Amino acid sequence: MRFQGNAIKYGDNVDTDVIIPARYLNTSDNKELASHCMEDIDKTFVSRVQAGDIMIGGFNFGCGSSREHAPIAIKESGISLVIAKSFARIFYRNAINIGLAILECAEAVEGIAEGDIIEADLDEGVIYNKTTGKSFKTQPFPAFIQKIIANGGLVASIKNGEIK
Amino acid sequence: MSMTMTQKILAKHAGLEKVEAGQLVLVSLDRVLGNDITSPVAIREFERLGVDTVYDKDKVTMVMDHFAPNKDIKAAIQCKTCRDFCDKHDVTHFYDVGQMGIEHALLPEKGLVLPGDVVIGADSHTCTYGALGAFSTGVGSTDMACGMATGKAWFKVPSAIKFVLKGKLNKFVSGKDLILHIIGKIGVDGALYKSMEFTGEGVSSLTVFDRLTVSNMAIEAGAKNGIFEVDEQTVAYIKERTDKEFTVYKADEDAVYEATYEIDLSEIRSTVAFPHLPENTKTFDEIGDIKIDQVVIGSCTNGHYKDLEEAAEIFKGRKVAKRVRAIIIPATQDIYLKAVENGLVKIFVEAGCVVSTPTCGPCLGGHMGILAAGERAVATTNRNFVGRMGHVDSEVYLASPAVAAASAIAGKIAEPSEVLQ
Repeated sequence: MRFQGNAIKYGDNVDTDVIIPARYLNTSDNKELASHCMEDIDKTFVSRVQAGDIMIGGFNFGCGSSREHAPIAIKESGISLVIAKSFARIFYRNAINIGLAILECAEAVEGIAEGDIIEADLDEGVIYNKTTGKSFKTQPFPAFIQKIIANGGLVASIKNGEIK
Repeated sequence: MSMTMTQKILAKHAGLEKVEAGQLVLVSLDRVLGNDITSPVAIREFERLGVDTVYDKDKVTMVMDHFAPNKDIKAAIQCKTCRDFCDKHDVTHFYDVGQMGIEHALLPEKGLVLPGDVVIGADSHTCTYGALGAFSTGVGSTDMACGMATGKAWFKVPSAIKFVLKGKLNKFVSGKDLILHIIGKIGVDGALYKSMEFTGEGVSSLTVFDRLTVSNMAIEAGAKNGIFEVDEQTVAYIKERTDKEFTVYKADEDAVYEATYEIDLSEIRSTVAFPHLPENTKTFDEIGDIKIDQVVIGSCTNGHYKDLEEAAEIFKGRKVAKRVRAIIIPATQDIYLKAVENGLVKIFVEAGCVVSTPTCGPCLGGHMGILAAGERAVATTNRNFVGRMGHVDSEVYLASPAVAAASAIAGKIAEPSEVLQ
């Protein structure tokens, strides 16, 4: 899978409460969740995000609650890929399970500024900053996880009989 | 065999002799849990799977605790979605208003988690049951849906950090101070993807409730699970609640740990986590005069009877400071009833506190005590992120029930000794 988009960058420990505040968890409507995405740390996000944009985070991205509403809100807002220095483990699982692409690469995060144009190849684990011309290599997902993503998420993997 | 407690439980549930850190395994589940916020999304995904029914109606468990009693029409719809699903699939353990409590206090109390079990829950604080020697961890709604359908979940076998406890906690210092101390030391991602395993002679000096508080907040260090070695107290706690059989797993002598910390419990002092991360911990020699507007004593972390008892000891015969709202939330109906019968509720009300029905409510900024811009709360809850209890410009300070009670009386962040004279 290949991606291209503008970088929207945040810092370390972006928690699920700021990705989608709990006061909006009285709904599971994807569009409504997306309309409040990042609201508590970045009121401009919803109005400026473009389809295909790439979200950049620091260490421990998605820490906090297990709410799947967080990756759902990010995906529904149009973000195609999240690159972070590290991910909190439940967010990591949830992103894979719902088919939101993620990559872990601390060097790339250091080498990307807000607004840079980024290209990424998920299968190869390659991130290219078109604005600066710098390229970064990271570990691609293990085969087991690539299979879940290729199937379109965990539900599809079970339907396909990949996981029994 | 060189396996940690966690690895042994995972190996057993994967039908394997041995597992290693980093290995991907498919394990069978003893319980699959959801609440009124995460279950509706899981139910949606479950319907997409196209299976007839849940894998085991006695093992799927739903608790209406976050926005229940229904805080608004949307919350009412979400609870109804869960209720209808559980009716349709004849789910045995569906806990609604009247029976429900905060899920992670309720499940242990009902004897629904045993040592050696594997439990997943669509709630990050599912790691709480590690206190009973189970492997339990938080997952998202899709994992819950697939768990409800298949009774299985995939895991990457975690490596582990060992905490060797010795000594005994001092009066009014509790499991909350211990876990805040640990998170302050290793950071909010200090145990990322890993197990935290608690062992040593000091374990037996901690009540099961202190252990539940410690395991509950393992997630705040990024951990996959936080597990305690089972001892006589654990066994007694379980046997009071169920006669089901269980297996106790001990780490091998030669189990590999990425790091080992030795902690003398007698050296732990009252600890407060400042906004906006649980790792921003301070002890009272570093805390100045910080005025507060609200105190919350409750949540899956500290809504146990023991927590209320400690708070009541401080509130007894004293008054909540002027312009401070003190909200007490027993975690379950049984705790509530015991607090009524033993006079705790009387102490709280006479002190000027309010006592609520069980709910997660204010902990996640849902209802029952939301903060305005500029307001500060001392809470026995588990997270102090930006906007966690209300407005983005409000602040949450995490503390033990004893510190929270003392702070309510002092009107500022205070140690029990400051108000007990």
